[in-house]
Amino acid sequence: MTLALRIPRVLYDQLRQHGEATYPHECCGVLVGEFDEAGGKAIKAVVLCGNTRTDSPQNRYHISPSELVRIQREALLAGHDIVGFYHSHPDHPAHWSATDLDEAHWTGCSYVITSVEKGRAVLTNSFMLLEQEEAKHFEDEGLDVVEQ
Amino acid sequence: MPKVLIPTPLRPYAGKQSVIEVIAKTVGEALNDLVTQHPDLRKHLFAEDGKLRSFVNVYLNDEDIRYLNKDATPVKETDTVTIVPSVAGGQ
Repeated sequence: MTLALRIPRVLYDQLRQHGEATYPHECCGVLVGEFDEAGGKAIKAVVLCGNTRTDSPQNRYHISPSELVRIQREALLAGHDIVGFYHSHPDHPAHWSATDLDEAHWTGCSYVITSVEKGRAVLTNSFMLLEQEEAKHFEDEGLDVVEQ
Repeated sequence: MPKVLIPTPLRPYAGKQSVIEVIAKTVGEALNDLVTQHPDLRKHLFAEDGKLRSFVNVYLNDEDIRYLNKDATPVKETDTVTIVPSVAGGQ
């Protein structure tokens, strides 16, 4: 597997801790960084977001579009991009679900999922969304945690 | 000129640009000018009935156009229209 998504250890820990902090609810946030010419991505910042799915936060997440607008604007001003998103699966495997695929629309971006078991972050996996709506699918993506 | 910010998944259909200037007096005109400049964007923004696809959010500066005057919302020369696909899911 090609190592395609690089994340500094401190940011990796940050997104996993977010899932522990919101347990038993799902956490969510945005990955800001850079695309490289080879198709890989380097994460420069993790932006924690609120989960607006207060009707079912234990198994659903949604990021307010107004937060996305602000994050996208600030990323572009800093010379970066939105390169992906993360969320947690409380007491559920770190693998995308049918709902995750149905609701994924950022082709080319990474969707990072952390399983949180009994309040503790266990596995974190990354999946890249490929193709447009009618043919969209997730592909396993390597997660390269960079020690600093 | 008003600007339209293009999210990463749509840039392949917009000449790889993140910001595109448009000639427009309303949000609807801004989107129309955008797809006139970049026709490949049309099917990614609009459904066959011509309405915005359900997962596409359009903001004028920091306001969702659904809570303004939708397509008829006026835009000024200094305004920014932002396109953001929704982000959601769950186990």
